[in-house]
Amino acid sequence: MTTPPIEADDEHARSGQRDPDGASTRELTDGADVRTVPIWRIRLRLLGRSVGMMWGLFRGNQMGMLGLGLIAIFAAMAIAHPVLMATVWEPRIYDPVVGYDAVMTQYTVVEGEPTDPTAEISLTEAQLRMNPMIDVGEVINIPTQPAPPTLTGETPHYLGTDARGRDILSQLLFSTRAAFFLGAVAALTTVFIATAVGAIAAYFGGWIDGGLMRFADLILLMPLLPVLIVLSAVLEMSMLVLGLIIGVLSGFGGVAIVLKSQALSITVKSYIDAARVAGGGHWHVIFRHIIPNVLPLSFLFMMFGVTEAIAIESTLSFFGLLNVDMTWGLMINSAQNNGYLLSGTSYWWLLFPAGLAVTFICFGFFLVGRGMDEVVNPRLRSR
Amino acid sequence: MTATLPPPRTGEPLVEIRDLEMHFPISKGLFRAPTDFVHAVDGISLDIAPGESVGLVGESGCGKSSTGRMLVKLMEPTGGSIMFRDGDYQRDVAKVKGSEIKDFRARVQMIFQDPYESMNPRRTIFDTISEPMAVQGVGSVAEREERVLELLQLVGLTPAASFLFRYPHELSGGQRQRVAVARALVMNPTFVVADEPTSMLDVSIRISIMELMTKLGRDLGVSYLYITHDLAVARYMCDRIAVMYLGKIVEIGPTEEILANPKHPYTRALLSAVPVPDPALKRPPVEIKGGISAAINPPPECRFIQRCPFAAQVCQENPHPPLEQQGDRHFVACYRVDEIDSETEAAS
Amino acid sequence: MTTSLENLETRQIDRTKPLLEVDRLVMHYKIKAGEVSAIEDVSFTVHQGEAVGLVGESGCGKTSVALSLLRLLPSNAEYVSGEIRFNGEDLLYLSPDEMRQHRWKDIAMVFQGAMNSWNPVYRVGDQIRETLDTHYRGAMSYDQQREHMERLFSSVGLTPEMLDRYPHEFSGGMRQRAVIAMALACSPELIIADEPTTALDVIVQDQILKELKRIQAELGMSIIYISHDIAVIAEVTDSLGVMYAGKLVEYGPTSTIFARPRHPYAYLLLRSTPSITGPRRELAPLEGEPPNLLSPPTGCRFHPRCPFATDKCVTDEPPLEEIGDGHRVACWHHEQVPELEEALHR
Repeated sequence: MTTPPIEADDEHARSGQRDPDGASTRELTDGADVRTVPIWRIRLRLLGRSVGMMWGLFRGNQMGMLGLGLIAIFAAMAIAHPVLMATVWEPRIYDPVVGYDAVMTQYTVVEGEPTDPTAEISLTEAQLRMNPMIDVGEVINIPTQPAPPTLTGETPHYLGTDARGRDILSQLLFSTRAAFFLGAVAALTTVFIATAVGAIAAYFGGWIDGGLMRFADLILLMPLLPVLIVLSAVLEMSMLVLGLIIGVLSGFGGVAIVLKSQALSITVKSYIDAARVAGGGHWHVIFRHIIPNVLPLSFLFMMFGVTEAIAIESTLSFFGLLNVDMTWGLMINSAQNNGYLLSGTSYWWLLFPAGLAVTFICFGFFLVGRGMDEVVNPRLRSR
Repeated sequence: MTATLPPPRTGEPLVEIRDLEMHFPISKGLFRAPTDFVHAVDGISLDIAPGESVGLVGESGCGKSSTGRMLVKLMEPTGGSIMFRDGDYQRDVAKVKGSEIKDFRARVQMIFQDPYESMNPRRTIFDTISEPMAVQGVGSVAEREERVLELLQLVGLTPAASFLFRYPHELSGGQRQRVAVARALVMNPTFVVADEPTSMLDVSIRISIMELMTKLGRDLGVSYLYITHDLAVARYMCDRIAVMYLGKIVEIGPTEEILANPKHPYTRALLSAVPVPDPALKRPPVEIKGGISAAINPPPECRFIQRCPFAAQVCQENPHPPLEQQGDRHFVACYRVDEIDSETEAAS
Repeated sequence: MTTSLENLETRQIDRTKPLLEVDRLVMHYKIKAGEVSAIEDVSFTVHQGEAVGLVGESGCGKTSVALSLLRLLPSNAEYVSGEIRFNGEDLLYLSPDEMRQHRWKDIAMVFQGAMNSWNPVYRVGDQIRETLDTHYRGAMSYDQQREHMERLFSSVGLTPEMLDRYPHEFSGGMRQRAVIAMALACSPELIIADEPTTALDVIVQDQILKELKRIQAELGMSIIYISHDIAVIAEVTDSLGVMYAGKLVEYGPTSTIFARPRHPYAYLLLRSTPSITGPRRELAPLEGEPPNLLSPPTGCRFHPRCPFATDKCVTDEPPLEEIGDGHRVACWHHEQVPELEEALHR
């Protein structure tokens, strides 16, 4: 009932956060009288200052910075693709979907079974595949798909080609854009819905809360992948549609429950009562007081939402259920369709680039999320 | 600050509370009607004159905060009425609806207990204080800024301009509570409910906030309902004190009269328990049993009976005693006032 | 309330013998912005059977002192110098393991809001038993433990049956009583009570303070009370220390400090405390805010808020001087405070 805020005060004393002489205000107005400075300009500066402060906190988090670095690399990859296509890459060869390049591999024709399968080829096989007039000892060129990485030549394929002769690097870069797009759509939808649902449920309580939360339970209980698989049979599943569906499902589901509990911890604060006594209506309280205080956590879930969406997309593409040009999941799917999935590491370029890309972009967003967690939750901060 | 005389009884009270009730249902499930009710506030009546400060004193769970919340319409009573009169403006608080609410909000304000929670950490002091103006659409931004500067000056946060665009965490507890006072006064209200405004502050800061509130109340003609558990604080803030116990007012009277001449055994116990900043002073202890409980479907007899050292048969057999006059504007709800008086005198 | 303490060990005490000596303790918190001088040159002695109070505003370092004594400070705290001797042994030189031996067994603590620290899923009795198990491993049988706990409970005014209840079945006051029983479990020589009654109602607060005072007298324990409310500890302490901005500014017998405060801060603190007894005095508010300890004021740390401050106070730091009968004050003008006091009254 009457706990004096001793801990809080000590906290302030320790952190030296207080500003007794108002130096911060002078800095805001460049020393001018506040009355002469338009309020929007002051607000802009305040915003700048708080962004700067948060960036300062985030920057101190090595894991978060590593995540940001990873994301920056992927962003560079996404930008690189159209640039490369327009400049150095010949579309007929390098197009991620319809390009084709028959990489010629030289083989020496031998008698009987070859000892080194990559360098030599048996006569019977060569005759069957090429030309019955071939002799032993002859060096022949055979178009190979998938071709291993070739670093030289007129049309180098730094990550090789896939089973249909398409450049893997081009596919990889092209897919990055799709991943970002999907992640953004899904995460924004999630956060938009979940923040609204959480704030409304927490503020109104009663049957509104009960209804929304039971609905959230229902969505949580639905197995996400099977549902998406069934939906992809019914709907034309493009990246946009998929992003919206993932966003809606997690927005009404788990994330809504978490954000509601956060909103609930805000609705019990007395500034909510103060806003109502001031004459603020329901929407004023929700938009001016609850949502701004839930938003930091919402952004955090946005990061995790990106991770989730990309992982789901990869799974669905792997099963070939999406109507998309090219994604990382589809790259693995085409490797699988052509029977290279279980071939171990001998066709590594078909699996590893796409698989690692999925892993690292998810890891990157996850790390940024963890870094933001520290900015959002002061308790996690190291002093 | 001298002990103010009770205000003249001419004219009508500013706030007229009649048989106010707040019964919270204890939910048994979605489809079952509740059978148990917490009688948080159980039929209290109280008048507050214009310009008067009334203290509502009691332990936690006695219903004093619920009463305050009903007065500012943060909670709807389950029974009784609250008449609020401000000149020609006359409304039953419970019946203020829709578009009338904003007008009501301009006249009745509240100051909250916790200076660390009563301000949105993401809004500047300017936004916090001008919030009532902003939501009620009063004035332009420049006018609001001017008004906020004026108020900051008034509550002693100077230079006012340097406080305008700070965030609550940059202020100390005492400074925040001054901001809370400014926010409550920004619309020129006539009635302010102050719910333990100083209890979370250090003792050393309490006085300045109390003095500020008293001074501004006098200068601006504001009446206070001052909710507190601390009789020493109530002494410095209030003209009259009402002591609440489990949803009932058990004693009410002018402040100095209550302190010098408490009649109800609960008031006596409360007074004897208040710590005194003087080790030389030995006070006669008034022992009461146990602690406060929740008033769930309370039996009809006196609410205090289980803890009362003076309980007798008359208390068992009769319903909760009504408030009866025991001196000048001093009312007590106890059947055994005279017996207790003589018993304690004999003891000392 | 019927209580039985006869079976709990009553210690033979020598009131002149020091139990805990805090000697020129200096402790800083290291933060990004610099060093916060949280405890600056604090010295006081707690004798056997003595009750000492520490008062001051939020952030004055009183809680830091309490945590220092138990070496429970956060990791960014640094003991700069000084000694904390408990029965002659310097606690600051003990290994963490040795310190753990002392904690609870010799020095126990009742925290502010400790009543909310009970684990809700275990019975209260079982949680106390855990403490006994830790400190008397194997020395007590199950039945002996039960008997001991029942005695503890009755000594704090709770019934033995309540040992089998869960924390949520207790009221706030009862939970705090149980915390005190827990603190008494290993018969410590010293209890540190940091705002032990702050979250409680006045009547319960009164009951608990009286209970603590009685137990302390009967068991011959020493207690350090820490509070921001000078009225609360006025009745229960023998000696009183007033802290301001990390420094001990006045120390002496409680009655002396209340009757003749000689530090302007202590004087103003007393004058700003409302009381229900006696005539309704004019209260003197303490103006200003406590300083930021990242860069404390020069000279006397109180000088920016002190109505009596002179140039000397700004430049020179006053030492904590004995002015008679165990009464120590750190103020250049302590002799003039009575006169100045009169000037203030007028």
